[in-house]
Amino acid sequence: MRSLADIESAIEAAGANPDPEAGADELLALSEEVLEHWVTAKGDVPTQDEREGFRLLALHRQGAKGDPSFNACRETCREVAYHYNLVKLQPDAAEITDRLQMMMMVSSHLYLFISGKMQVAQLGDFCCSSRPIRTGSEAETVTIKEA
Amino acid sequence: MTTKEKYKKVAYYPGCALEGTGHSYNRSTKAVGKALGLDLVEVKNWNCCGAMEVKNIDPKLQTYLSSRVMSVAANEMDMDVVMAPCNGCYHNLKKAEYDLANDEESVEVVDKLSKKAGHKTYESGQVETIHALDWIKQTIGEDGLRERVKNSLSGIKVANYYGCMYTRPRHIFPEKDQGPGSESTSKPHFMDDLLAAAGAENVDFPLKTACCGGAHTLSDSDTSTKLVLNILKAAKMAGADVIATECPTCHSGLEMHQIRAEKRLGEKVDVKILYFTQLLGMALGLKPRKVGVHENISDSIGFLKEKGLG
Repeated sequence: MRSLADIESAIEAAGANPDPEAGADELLALSEEVLEHWVTAKGDVPTQDEREGFRLLALHRQGAKGDPSFNACRETCREVAYHYNLVKLQPDAAEITDRLQMMMMVSSHLYLFISGKMQVAQLGDFCCSSRPIRTGSEAETVTIKEA
Repeated sequence: MTTKEKYKKVAYYPGCALEGTGHSYNRSTKAVGKALGLDLVEVKNWNCCGAMEVKNIDPKLQTYLSSRVMSVAANEMDMDVVMAPCNGCYHNLKKAEYDLANDEESVEVVDKLSKKAGHKTYESGQVETIHALDWIKQTIGEDGLRERVKNSLSGIKVANYYGCMYTRPRHIFPEKDQGPGSESTSKPHFMDDLLAAAGAENVDFPLKTACCGGAHTLSDSDTSTKLVLNILKAAKMAGADVIATECPTCHSGLEMHQIRAEKRLGEKVDVKILYFTQLLGMALGLKPRKVGVHENISDSIGFLKEKGLG
């Protein structure tokens, strides 16, 4: 598994691959690696399963378990898969280069979202639906304490 | 009573952002409502919904704060629909509604705090919370809009950006994903539908529900800037002239980080950022100033004049 910093530059390079199909393969693999980082940081072993034909989607599902805020990148993962299909299933399309570029941007968004989430203490809260930093009895005390 | 009739007069909950950085969203929402003959009655003495700050520290306190807004609408104003144009407010009121219907502890906390604050406790189901998109889509609809358009948005290519909170988490939006006519949580389309009815050409935009980095903007501005830059570039690559927004946090994030991306990263992306209510208002014949275009950070006036809307 490459470091997150290496993945960032590799995503950009893959988007410029003169062979769009190879570029799409590389971007899909890089997106999976980004999710592997997240799953590993949570203490799990990244799954080899697939969902709807994509390991990427299975990894997302694994990463979102117990962490609803992670669903903020659910559609981004699905868009990576969609653009992968666009490139691979219509290799002769006139807009193939644009499609690869768009896949690169979507993959890059996935990278930015997840690497941002991991900056604070490796598994920090990032998005608006983040889990509460204080839970249980402490939160209850704050809420219902009599004046 | 049909949904269309029910939504014609709603309790309006602008929320804090629409009195600050999102003022042009407030102005344009009211102006569009007036132009369409819809009634907005502002919730009396409304309070913060709990936003993300309170929720992250004490989620039940956020449930209470949101419940108070709904309690005032239901018990003091006799309203049965609350319309919140801000995604954060909309999300939080929906979340409070869900919690009060499904979590006994939330009910107890809300009851205790409501009594302490001296107002009636909100009971799940007293009001229905809707977004500004639901409001216009269900009352006027695409056909109604087409009939009322005075300045078509034709020639304007739009990337519709919904942000992450309008559809997530799915379980607090039981009315979505209910087949034809309902909103989709995976591919939202209400804004696309309304702007297309006003003549705009929607582009295929893969980041329509992606994160804008709004919550991270103070703790790690560089990540937010990169996320926004990516959204701007993807919209541009999709062929958009304009990114249409429906959330004040997303909107101000896009505007501010568009400038920051140019200053810090040397990357200028020339795509305009406008609230969907501003675009609809101009399509209905309102002047840009009437819908607060002058209050936006980014300058769209030249572009709008070029398109015959200025």
